[in-house]
Amino acid sequence: MTFIRYFIITLMLLGAALPAHAQLADTELAALVDALAPGSFKDREAAIGNLVASGDQRAVPVLETLLEGELYFDEASGKVVFTSAPSGKGAIADPITGADLPDLAEGGLEKVKVNNNLRRVLRTAIGQMTLLSPIRDMRLSAAQSILRDADPAQLDLLDTALAAEADPAIGRVMDQARAVIMLKSPDASVEDKAAAVPVVQAIGGRDALNTLTAALATAPAEIQPAINQAIEGLARDRAAWDVAQNVWFGISLGSVLLLAAIGLAITFGVMGVINMAHGEMVMLGAYTTFVVQEIIRQNYPGLFDWSLAIALPLAFLVTGLVGVAIERGIIRFLYGRPLETLLATWGLSLIIQQAVQRIFTANIREVGNPSWMSGSFELGGLAITWNRFYIVIFAALVFAALLLVLKYTAIGLHMRAVTQNRRMASAMGIRTPLVDAMTFGLGSGIAGLAGVALSQIGNVSPNLGQGYIIDSFMVVVFGGVGNLWGTFVGALTLGIANKFIEPYAGAVLGKIIILVLIILFIQRRPRGLFALKGRSVEA
Amino acid sequence: MTGVNRAIAGLGLGVAMTTGAVAVPAFAQDETIKVGVLHSLSGTMAISETTLKDTMLFLIDEQNKKGGLLGKQLEAVVVDPASDWPLFAEKARELIEVNGVAAVFGCWTSSSRKSVLPVFEELNSILFYPVQYEGEESQRNVFYTGAAPNQQAIPAVDYLMENAGVERWVLAGTDYVYPQTTNKILEQYLLDHGVAAEDIMINYTPFGHSDWQTIVSDIKAFGSTGKMTAVISTINGDANVPFYKELANQGIKAEDIPVIAFSVGEEELAGFDTTPLVGHLAAWNYFQSVDTPENEAFIAAWQAFMGNPDKVTNDPMEATVIGFNLWVQAVEKAGTTDTDAVLDAIIGLQTPNLTGGMATMLPNHHITKPVLIGEIQADGQFEVVSESDLVPGDAWSDFLPESKLIEADWTAPIACGNYNTETKMCGGSEVAAAQ
Repeated sequence: MTFIRYFIITLMLLGAALPAHAQLADTELAALVDALAPGSFKDREAAIGNLVASGDQRAVPVLETLLEGELYFDEASGKVVFTSAPSGKGAIADPITGADLPDLAEGGLEKVKVNNNLRRVLRTAIGQMTLLSPIRDMRLSAAQSILRDADPAQLDLLDTALAAEADPAIGRVMDQARAVIMLKSPDASVEDKAAAVPVVQAIGGRDALNTLTAALATAPAEIQPAINQAIEGLARDRAAWDVAQNVWFGISLGSVLLLAAIGLAITFGVMGVINMAHGEMVMLGAYTTFVVQEIIRQNYPGLFDWSLAIALPLAFLVTGLVGVAIERGIIRFLYGRPLETLLATWGLSLIIQQAVQRIFTANIREVGNPSWMSGSFELGGLAITWNRFYIVIFAALVFAALLLVLKYTAIGLHMRAVTQNRRMASAMGIRTPLVDAMTFGLGSGIAGLAGVALSQIGNVSPNLGQGYIIDSFMVVVFGGVGNLWGTFVGALTLGIANKFIEPYAGAVLGKIIILVLIILFIQRRPRGLFALKGRSVEA
Repeated sequence: MTGVNRAIAGLGLGVAMTTGAVAVPAFAQDETIKVGVLHSLSGTMAISETTLKDTMLFLIDEQNKKGGLLGKQLEAVVVDPASDWPLFAEKARELIEVNGVAAVFGCWTSSSRKSVLPVFEELNSILFYPVQYEGEESQRNVFYTGAAPNQQAIPAVDYLMENAGVERWVLAGTDYVYPQTTNKILEQYLLDHGVAAEDIMINYTPFGHSDWQTIVSDIKAFGSTGKMTAVISTINGDANVPFYKELANQGIKAEDIPVIAFSVGEEELAGFDTTPLVGHLAAWNYFQSVDTPENEAFIAAWQAFMGNPDKVTNDPMEATVIGFNLWVQAVEKAGTTDTDAVLDAIIGLQTPNLTGGMATMLPNHHITKPVLIGEIQADGQFEVVSESDLVPGDAWSDFLPESKLIEADWTAPIACGNYNTETKMCGGSEVAAAQ
């Protein structure tokens, strides 16, 4: 029933709001569509304008295809066509009738080029043409497009659409669009403008603030106090949200630092091994993700959204095994000789980097975001990107899991025993070499997990690890060597401090300030935030 | 850290050597002409520079198939300066003094170029530098086959002003000499064109910056005032991937705030999914997608040489090709590889650009190039949306007060890299700066 009602209303409105010849003859429309192909971008813009003016709904799919950059034309005849597959492949069809055009060959097709300006024009055009569409989603996106452009020339069209709109959600967007237009338009009456102010204020956010600020200059004196008040309220909200946004950025940066540092907190913090190859473990984890995604892309494209879930255990295994091999092969001969350990692990890090470069080349590798990790969502005035959001959660989970392992499992108990008093533990029958290997493997494995997460926000290249190694040491030393909670608090503190300094000092100076602050802090408290107490420390 | 790094690389601790330093000594010494290849094969710049090493091997291979040069075969001498700027100078010295190369093709960052300049001057050898750079330099022994600012940055700004109606500008760059000088020129240019100072935002980030949340959100705020805003990015190297990922995730569309990049090409785009970035721009003098017979033949030969049909090409590769072809012609014209003879012979020589038109070596050691503006496509390639006529490279920017009067001309009678056209004196840069 509703559909038919919309349809009738639409038909009536089409007749009323748009030029009379809303449905052209096929040949006339075809001529207008073919005009999209030749000439410059300016000519194309004019051709789009003509299509919109025709009001013929059959032009909408053509414009949408053009917006996607998938509209083609036959070079010989100049005829604009649709193709059934992307990138000009597949069967060729007439854009209006949908009939097959078997005479035309794929090779003779040329893309109808669009640029940014045209894309903007197209979005507006499609918005105008679909504002009265019977399909809800089309109307909604059309209304949003009108709100974004807020062009006073669209007012009549908007009013007709508003009168016919039954869906409250779309109606609200249209109301907002109307209010913004009212504030913008020099011709609008004082009453209209006054009524528009609270509507725009209710939109909230930076856009509303900018609209009102712009409107203030041209507004009549009697509504200026109202606008000023609205601006003040919005600015206050904005300031509060900005602080919240900074805290979120800080937590997000802190979670990345935590992920990078937490493996080091075990190998360096708990075992006391200065492991310069820690960053390379992170890098190996990221490359594991890359390999997993490559295999999935080639063999099981449907599983792509699961690629990270598959990569996580694999990355843990790969880097964990590499870690055990490093401990057994090199580090166990160097316990108690920190300088040699430092040099050996650093040399090792270079070897691993070059090895990876030999295998995967020096080029940046593409690690895709699964669909559930792309884009962002709004939480009040906060814009939170999904990938950062999941990484924060992931970091918290890894941290909690590590605490549980150390506290409640046998291997965790052994690890703690060995680090607290190696000889006593050995006397109690714990095989300390095995525990050493396991501990180092665990630390490396966690670095591998971090690599999976970091591949989602950064790039995957042989140098990936180098970017994180300094930060990781900074976090562990700042938080207090040997204390996992110290690493946790240290990472978050550094993250948030960094994000509060950055807007004032810039990214370069911000980093320097943080380094200086840490140096000063270490001067005061050489053992970091949470210093271990007891005999083992003094020894 | 760098000290130890250098020591290790210098000692050739097996690590750096695994990348294959010193290649193909297939012929006896007197029968070959040696060509030095000075590109980082390890460290942060390996991502970009390794391809140029391969390009040189490819070009030398092609030339040898054609019978070599002056009846002799060419031989590549490849060294790895490991993204370590002082090491570039050491390796350049090694190439010239120990290996006796006729010319060197190399360097990427301006820091590495500045580091080798005194070496080439002292030992009187030739360097071909294939990357777009900040200008404000012209050296007797160096040929700049990449773009000067007037061949990339200024036309890009013009395009955005005229075609996109941009009124508000974000200049975002990595914190080193190329972005800083380029941004200085651009800022002056924008101010000269009536852009208000509050409509320009300048932002620098460290090399390899990975957390772009704050900056991207600042850009978003800066661009939401109703005035059309664009970002001019001189962000270099691997920091680009997280930057573009953050742009995509925070939903900044090219239609709302276009980003035009000077250091992002096909090679860099291969590192991520470009679907959310469609419409963002890059300004170069070459794109792989340009449809000319020369380019098609080059891409086919290159992909065959690399044995990889997906191997992309990019702008610095084209600059390397042009530099190499000009050098070959100059040696043939001079009949010798002697530095002074080649320096004289090369001025005015022409070779085809892969994108159409002829590249001419100018007296200021820069070349003529067309300027292309491309929009990123979903397949990681660029669609050309604007193409200029040939633009001669200008070593000294006309938009900075201190270099406005300076010209470079290495032909007689001036023969000077920084000639002050007002005082008619060489060394004009210092004179102008003192005023």
